[in-house]
Amino acid sequence: MYNKKVMEYFKNPRNHGEMENPDAVGEAINPSCGDKMKLYLKIDEKNNEEFISDIKFQTLGCVAAIATSSIFTEMIKGKSLAEAFAISNQDIIEELEGLPTPKKHCSLLAVRAFKEAYYQYLQDQGRNIPEELEKAHHQNERFAEVAAKNKENINKELNGER
Amino acid sequence: MFNLFKNKKEVYLDNAATTPVDPRVIKAMTPYFNKKFGNSASVHTRGREARLALEEARETVAKSLGAQSSEIIFTSSATESNNTALKGIAWSHESKGKHILISPIEHSCVMNSAEWLQSQGFEVEKLSVDKNGFIDPQEVKTKIRPETILVSVMHANNEMGACQPIKEIGAICKEKEVLFHSDAVQSFGKKTLRVNELNVDLLSISAHKIYGPKGVGALFIRDGVKITPLLHGGGHENNKRSATVNVAGIIGLAKATELCLEETPAEADRQRKLSEKLRKGILENISGAHLNGPEKKRLCNNTNISFDDVEGEAIVMMLDDYNIYVSSGSACSAEDLKPSEVITAMGYSASRAHGSVRFTVGRFTKEKDIDYVLEVLPKVINKLRKISPNKRSCF
Repeated sequence: MYNKKVMEYFKNPRNHGEMENPDAVGEAINPSCGDKMKLYLKIDEKNNEEFISDIKFQTLGCVAAIATSSIFTEMIKGKSLAEAFAISNQDIIEELEGLPTPKKHCSLLAVRAFKEAYYQYLQDQGRNIPEELEKAHHQNERFAEVAAKNKENINKELNGER
Repeated sequence: MFNLFKNKKEVYLDNAATTPVDPRVIKAMTPYFNKKFGNSASVHTRGREARLALEEARETVAKSLGAQSSEIIFTSSATESNNTALKGIAWSHESKGKHILISPIEHSCVMNSAEWLQSQGFEVEKLSVDKNGFIDPQEVKTKIRPETILVSVMHANNEMGACQPIKEIGAICKEKEVLFHSDAVQSFGKKTLRVNELNVDLLSISAHKIYGPKGVGALFIRDGVKITPLLHGGGHENNKRSATVNVAGIIGLAKATELCLEETPAEADRQRKLSEKLRKGILENISGAHLNGPEKKRLCNNTNISFDDVEGEAIVMMLDDYNIYVSSGSACSAEDLKPSEVITAMGYSASRAHGSVRFTVGRFTKEKDIDYVLEVLPKVINKLRKISPNKRSCF
């Protein structure tokens, strides 16, 4: 079951909510369970390096999805984009002192949301996009398609058209 | 009345998962642990004493179902009862045929026994279920074939509480001369069940869902129905289930049965009123809340609701923080990460299961418990919706 640290980050989520005028936004979805995360970044420059000066998240998901989102924002706030990009879902799990085995995949959501935000940020500025980010973005698009189909089904349900 | 949690404010609304043992049941069981501890197979005084108690318990359980004592065997659980019913009938009737019909909303112990039989060469066919969670008896009629050996449909569903038309399905099976099994774990003790009216040949029950101990179940097997046992050994339970008999546990099942019989239907009415109050309170005060399962023909203690834009396991764990205990059909709360098969069989998407929560009241639930849940739940849903990227406010 969940450890104390996970429960703490779930019950008292850090940096949650919407952000006004963010510099980058990334959304990721887990098509198998329907969990969804939105990440907002404020990006500033210091010593010629871009860093994350502020961060907010919104997550629809289970305890693990919310706790990993929540701790991830703390892990990357104040970090350079390159440093944040290097953080893996395994790092998030370690920072939370472990997740139950079936829940480990939930930690991917935050990493994917960040990659998407980073991709959008570079694209908005017309900058060169690394191959790994490009790949992540395409995967994200595929997942969103599956999720949109699910949503269509929900709307049909609500309108009694099943 | 017995107070479930003496020292703190706790509300247990997961009575479909298990129930606390009633103190009156504990009292009835106690002597059988160390005073009347004999092996019911022994011929001496202690053995005969245990045997006598065992047979009295069998009589109580049999009577409660309108069955004969010879038609009841005790098992370790409803899982064992259901495994015995499916595998035992399949093995003893394979010369007639290998076709088995089951509903798509069975408990995993029926579902997985059927799947295992399929891997052994039997043909398992699943019936369909409508959007309220009901089986259509006419579909059973059209799907029965000459080689059908067993039909298994649960009496009431554990997630949605839909009470199935067992009597009608039973009549069809009887007419077609096909054996009919029903898993009655959720309805036993809440509804009056008569095996002859229901036209069932096999019926499974469990003690721990009716304020009895865990580790005890029973299976009704109609006299004359041939069944191969799962457990071979000393020939206990009329050669149908070998193993030293769990006398104390069985006394517990019998006492729990007796108490339910005394209290039903007044207690079922009380639980229905509590469930209705809970359901109404949630649906009227929280937007984006949808009732899953039927409005009518529903188990008196069951409420199942999906909340938009939030996930079930998160709701369960947030309520846990307020010492309110419920369960969810969300994939995220399942070990195998699959959404509730019952919700998906009913035609809903996995997303509907994603935000589903089951509340099941019980004998020790009081009206003020429901008030407390109705006070806390909107806060919990609102808190989770505030974190959610899908915009919706609670009120």
